[in-house]
Amino acid sequence: MSSVEEKLGMLTFKNDHQSHIQIPDPKICITRCKDKPCTKICPAKVYDWVESQKKIVIGYENCIECGAARMLCPYQNIRWEPPRGGFGVSYKYG
Amino acid sequence: MADEKFDCIIVGAGPAGTSAAITCARAGLSTLLLERGEYPGAKNVQGAILYSKMLADILGEFWNEPDSPIERLITEQKMMLLSKDSALFGGFKSDRWRKDQQNCYSIIRVAFDRWYAKKAEAAGAELYTGVTVSDLIRKNGKICGVRTSENDELAADVVIACDGVNSILAQKAGLIDEWRSDEVALAVKEVLALPKEKIEDRFNLEKNEGTTIEMFGQITQGMLGYGFLYTNKESLSIGIGCKVSHFQKTGIPPYDLLEQLKAHPIVRKWIDGSKSLEYSAHLIPEGGYKSMPPLYTDGFLVGGDAAQMVNPSHREGSNFAMTAGKAAGETVIAAKKEGNYSAKFLSLYQKKLKETYVLPDLFDHKDLEEKIESRPELLNVLPDLLCQTAFDYFQVDGRPKRDLQSAIIKRIFRNKGVRHLIKSELNIQNALLLLKQGIKGALKYKSLGG
Repeated sequence: MSSVEEKLGMLTFKNDHQSHIQIPDPKICITRCKDKPCTKICPAKVYDWVESQKKIVIGYENCIECGAARMLCPYQNIRWEPPRGGFGVSYKYG
Repeated sequence: MADEKFDCIIVGAGPAGTSAAITCARAGLSTLLLERGEYPGAKNVQGAILYSKMLADILGEFWNEPDSPIERLITEQKMMLLSKDSALFGGFKSDRWRKDQQNCYSIIRVAFDRWYAKKAEAAGAELYTGVTVSDLIRKNGKICGVRTSENDELAADVVIACDGVNSILAQKAGLIDEWRSDEVALAVKEVLALPKEKIEDRFNLEKNEGTTIEMFGQITQGMLGYGFLYTNKESLSIGIGCKVSHFQKTGIPPYDLLEQLKAHPIVRKWIDGSKSLEYSAHLIPEGGYKSMPPLYTDGFLVGGDAAQMVNPSHREGSNFAMTAGKAAGETVIAAKKEGNYSAKFLSLYQKKLKETYVLPDLFDHKDLEEKIESRPELLNVLPDLLCQTAFDYFQVDGRPKRDLQSAIIKRIFRNKGVRHLIKSELNIQNALLLLKQGIKGALKYKSLGG
């Protein structure tokens, strides 16, 4: 058994200083979204609900660019775009 | 680079884009292939099984090339139905796949994409890597180029979007909205290093030959999807994928599903002692024919995953992409000859695809996933029941066979799920459908001169 963190640790990333993922309306996460599927289904655990801040914290540096976040949010409240040219994950096997 | 105008710009150096680039460049068209990864393949994930025929249609006998990126020749294909602790399986192995009918190979997708893109460069295409295209440029309504994330503009007579399942361009061209979560599957995968000899021993394989194993049943926990294990030269590819809408409903993290698959008592032995090389995740477009966007508009074509060209029930996709890329390239060559890049002329692309297996296969499988999803018993009841039945059949426990057989039949027909399934299938609509298909089939057979 290896954890996601260990799995992600083996990948090569080139991180942009700006995030390619945004949550346009953070209020929706508080008021309407009960299940928060992004926090469970994202295969790289990019989305984390931080109770003390009452918001989803986006660890975009770990994004492995499947794009599932685009359809995962029941309120279409995740804006995911591919990272700028040359940034993001570089798979060696794929 | 802003002043130059290309005959054709292709976005995405995967199987679709590179096939299009090779086709265009060979015909002498000035061809630009753009890739957002640092190198071709950097963003791409596949099982991966490569079907020979479609690539050979473009490159000839690539398997004989010294630097061919093939891993193992697949001579055996297996399917397994897994319950919690058992496996019911079937498969096929053939010597014909060894001799002259190379059907498919296992590949490492990144190595393949890098090799394949070099073929496009050798044919005369220009390849820019590390370039993300973020928008299209239009002039009088016609698409005539692309804008990169760094705001560079690149002009062309035609843009071919092969930018994958997360296609930005098909959206920017107004051909699609966002996919719905029931139109895509999410797959996670790991490549596990294992010595050659161990792979050949464990899977009973000849040197350089490989097997594929598709796994259904309890491992997807009622979600529509399947697991797979493919043998590479010195590694195994193991993964599992299910529809995103089902992940949404169950809330099961995909990496947990993968770890459970790896820990399954039947699977565990195969990967024992292996070392993880890489974890990856990718979306697979599974909406099929009904989710396909229009394939062309003025100055623009779309192919591969970006156009939902996948047949998940036969694990085909990259072959569709290659055939589509080639057809798109040929369409652009014809358009260049006529100097006509209108949607009307570019509709030739769709006509070409109708003449191949691409559109017919997508059309014929258009209702399959819906049909399975409307019968949840197929996913959450039948696999366990079938494994239990097989267990009873093979288990010698001292009961007379006649008692055993009637116990098996009783269990099957007393099962709530099975009864529900039978009840829902036995209706006048299905009876009429069967009759209709029977007559249609008979007429077709007759018209074939049978």
